[in-house]
Amino acid sequence: MPYAELDLEAGRKNGTVWVTLPNSNFDPQVGHRLYNRFLDELEYGEQLGFDVVAVNEHHQTAYGLMPSPIVTASALARRTTKAKIAILGSALPLRSHPLTIAEEHAMIDVISGGRLISGFVRGIGAEYHTFGVNPTFSHDRFHEAHDLIVRAWTEIGPFAFHGHHYNLQYVNLWPRPYQKPHPPIWIPSQGSKETIDWASHPDRKYTYLQTFSPSKVVARYLKMYRDTCAGYGYQAKDSQLGWSVPVYVSSSDSKAIEEARAHFEAFRNVFIRMPLEMLLPPGYTSRESLKNVMKAKAQMFGDVTIEQAIDLGLFVCGSAETVRRVFEGHWREMRFGNLLVSCQFGTLPADLTRRNMEMFAREVMPALKAL
Amino acid sequence: MAFSQSLIEVDGCKVNLRRGGSGQPLLFLHGASGAPAVLPFMEKLAERFDVLVPEHPGYGLSDEPEWLENIHDVAYFYLDFLRSLRLDKVTLVGSSMGGWMAMEMAVRDTSRIGSLVLVAPAGIRAPGVEPADIFLLPPEEVVRRLFFDPKLAAARLAEPMTPEGLDMSLKNRHTTARLAWEPRLYDPNLAKWLHRIDVPVKIIWGKEDRILPAAFADHYRKLFPKADIEIVPDCGHLPHVERAERFCDSVVRFACK
Repeated sequence: MPYAELDLEAGRKNGTVWVTLPNSNFDPQVGHRLYNRFLDELEYGEQLGFDVVAVNEHHQTAYGLMPSPIVTASALARRTTKAKIAILGSALPLRSHPLTIAEEHAMIDVISGGRLISGFVRGIGAEYHTFGVNPTFSHDRFHEAHDLIVRAWTEIGPFAFHGHHYNLQYVNLWPRPYQKPHPPIWIPSQGSKETIDWASHPDRKYTYLQTFSPSKVVARYLKMYRDTCAGYGYQAKDSQLGWSVPVYVSSSDSKAIEEARAHFEAFRNVFIRMPLEMLLPPGYTSRESLKNVMKAKAQMFGDVTIEQAIDLGLFVCGSAETVRRVFEGHWREMRFGNLLVSCQFGTLPADLTRRNMEMFAREVMPALKAL
Repeated sequence: MAFSQSLIEVDGCKVNLRRGGSGQPLLFLHGASGAPAVLPFMEKLAERFDVLVPEHPGYGLSDEPEWLENIHDVAYFYLDFLRSLRLDKVTLVGSSMGGWMAMEMAVRDTSRIGSLVLVAPAGIRAPGVEPADIFLLPPEEVVRRLFFDPKLAAARLAEPMTPEGLDMSLKNRHTTARLAWEPRLYDPNLAKWLHRIDVPVKIIWGKEDRILPAAFADHYRKLFPKADIEIVPDCGHLPHVERAERFCDSVVRFACK
């Protein structure tokens, strides 16, 4: 949910649209129009037959206008009736108190009659700058917050919770979630062995969602997830695997590229861009991972054209037939049970977004559902 | 003056200690970028003192103990360090983060501390003065801001980065974040206990400091009304490096009077 009418030149000049781009670049009148447009598009998704509509959380950035996905998910809970609502996800370590997440997710689950999918994330590196939360405690806080939330959802209260970061004398959640034992938990990630080890553990078996990565990287991490499950002594179900990717469908391959070019390149080269120090503050990743990113810096932090993105499988774009064929090929290789398509990205305007959603829903989705 | 190097274990944590000279003990606590080598100011001080330069827990070649979670842990560690090495009447000198550690030690216990020299210390918030964001600035820019003389920064930036040097700098950066990310480079409870520091205090600040601006010194003047405050002209964040002669003379005059 980007601030799609951003002055891209201002974003480029600032070097990033995260953390430091002055919010004088945000016009509340434009924001009003955009919020209502995007919410309409999400509701339209249900009409078109999408199984899930998904929202996410990002802070103090033109990249995304949902610092609270709870607000958008709440609006959707009342305006949809069939589709699942996925919060992908709530950034647990950024909250001073994770019990608020347990409460808010439970409310949405009860209001929607059990249509919530709960996603948990740590928030990206930039958000440790904007929220001041110490990134070297990020993993600890995430795990402890997760434990508190799941216990609050599943155990009859009141009970006491004594952690290292969070302490409560009385945990006694009202409302309890609608779904039993609790809403499904998905773990969106850009790829990390630690996350996979944790999410795939037999105590959890959470759905792992690889987000915005080259298809080879997606395949590598989904395979790692399956292998890790096998190492734990069970076979992963396809439903435990997911891929989230921007998609654009039009009447022909060349037409699709022509229509999407400026909007995708704005997404990749302006909205996502940030310096290394912002992306990976100390402790957010292991120092080994940080060194690997530093080595790949030129490739990761340079501009990418739409053609390069399509080649990398970072973006799936073309005629309905091409898009179908690409996903069928990837599905045969990776067997992901969940595919999340971003039908809006960067500056893609409302008319093209709707047509993209319609063409995907009518000409691509049925074939993929049949797989 | 030759410095020896050894690993000293205190509180289950091995720290890399460089030690040289003779006389009263002087413990130097380094700042965020560590103390990976013996520098000219250490040599010079070693002519008058028994100089001890440990690498803090979590820095350089020292261990990263599980218990290291905040600046108070470091303060208790170094109080145990003084006891363990039976050091008395110590001249405690701390630069930047090290100055913060020195204050956290001294509000707890000055029984082994003779005097305190704070060199552009972190640890205290001063209304209206903001430190540079050392976590968001590109690392090269942080180096440029350390010095008043751009030639010194250029020389440091020209030093080749070895794999070991990179590992060490990432380790130091990690520990600095752990101790100082939030609240950023200060402890909101420190200022209210500074009156417990009952030993002479000297504060040295580079006038052209672009990491912790010298305007902080005005605030310290209120917090330490009896302190001897020296502002060094044409000098950045590291007076002991950039103006080593003058720095050492000041320390000797202050601590040996």
